[in-house]
Amino acid sequence: MNRDNKKEEDFSLEALRAGDRAEFARLVETYSAVIYRLAVKMLDDDQDAEDILQETFIKAFRHLKNFDGRSSLSTWLYRIATNEALMLIRKRKNIPIPIGEQSDPDTQIDEPAQIVDWCCLPEEELMSTEAREYMDQAVEQLPPTLRAVFVLRDIEGLSTEETSSVLNLSEAAVKTRLSRARMRLRELLTVYFGARMASHPLAGGPISDAGE
Amino acid sequence: MDHDTCRSLLDSLSDYVDGQLGDELCAEIDRHLQHCENCRVVIDSLRKTVYLYHVTTESPTVPNDVRERLFTRLNLDEFLDRS
Repeated sequence: MNRDNKKEEDFSLEALRAGDRAEFARLVETYSAVIYRLAVKMLDDDQDAEDILQETFIKAFRHLKNFDGRSSLSTWLYRIATNEALMLIRKRKNIPIPIGEQSDPDTQIDEPAQIVDWCCLPEEELMSTEAREYMDQAVEQLPPTLRAVFVLRDIEGLSTEETSSVLNLSEAAVKTRLSRARMRLRELLTVYFGARMASHPLAGGPISDAGE
Repeated sequence: MDHDTCRSLLDSLSDYVDGQLGDELCAEIDRHLQHCENCRVVIDSLRKTVYLYHVTTESPTVPNDVRERLFTRLNLDEFLDRS
């Protein structure tokens, strides 16, 4: 990933492949925070996120000797972590999650049902602690395949190309899923913030109710 | 949202708010928005949704106890900087 190019250059692949523990510790130190954030957003459970964090680096250490360097180290770690998270979600729900591109009902686009302009709500309302919790819950409501794309693109800040490499999807499929995910989140946020419009006359709510 | 044009544009809105649409499609949406209030609201709230997730994403951190247990699990205790 672009913003980590400098980090990548800092690692000796040769040492990592040879099992150098000090170098591996530096890798863990560098990437544990982003992997943990990914896991928290994917699973919304601190204990599960910690399990994913540990499993990711255990698998990384075990497989580093086979790391071919075709993708960047960060992309490779994201790939392990995302797969672990999707597997855990599948285990939790005991249902198969389609990871491939074919016949994925989760990617059908829904027509917007909520048409309320809540954009002019004040920032303190839009970014309140309660609003942030609601936003996290909204991400959890996304089907896992859409959630993975949304978290990688809009939370972790990976590019379309990097996300396609992490998930082994075409860039077109990444864009489609991101679009579906964002449109679903827009619906959910509109339900939440739309309900708050009424109490904010300055934001365009029912001024006449309060005055005249 | 029962207009055919609105429906046909749905798939492009995400790229539109990212500024990644081709000129032609972008211009088509701009034209459509001049007379479709519903689509304008959908695009504005979609843009705001993406913006809110971007600005509220916190810097990545690992709680100290989680980090210590990670290093222990990986047998890397000797490299753990506890400062």
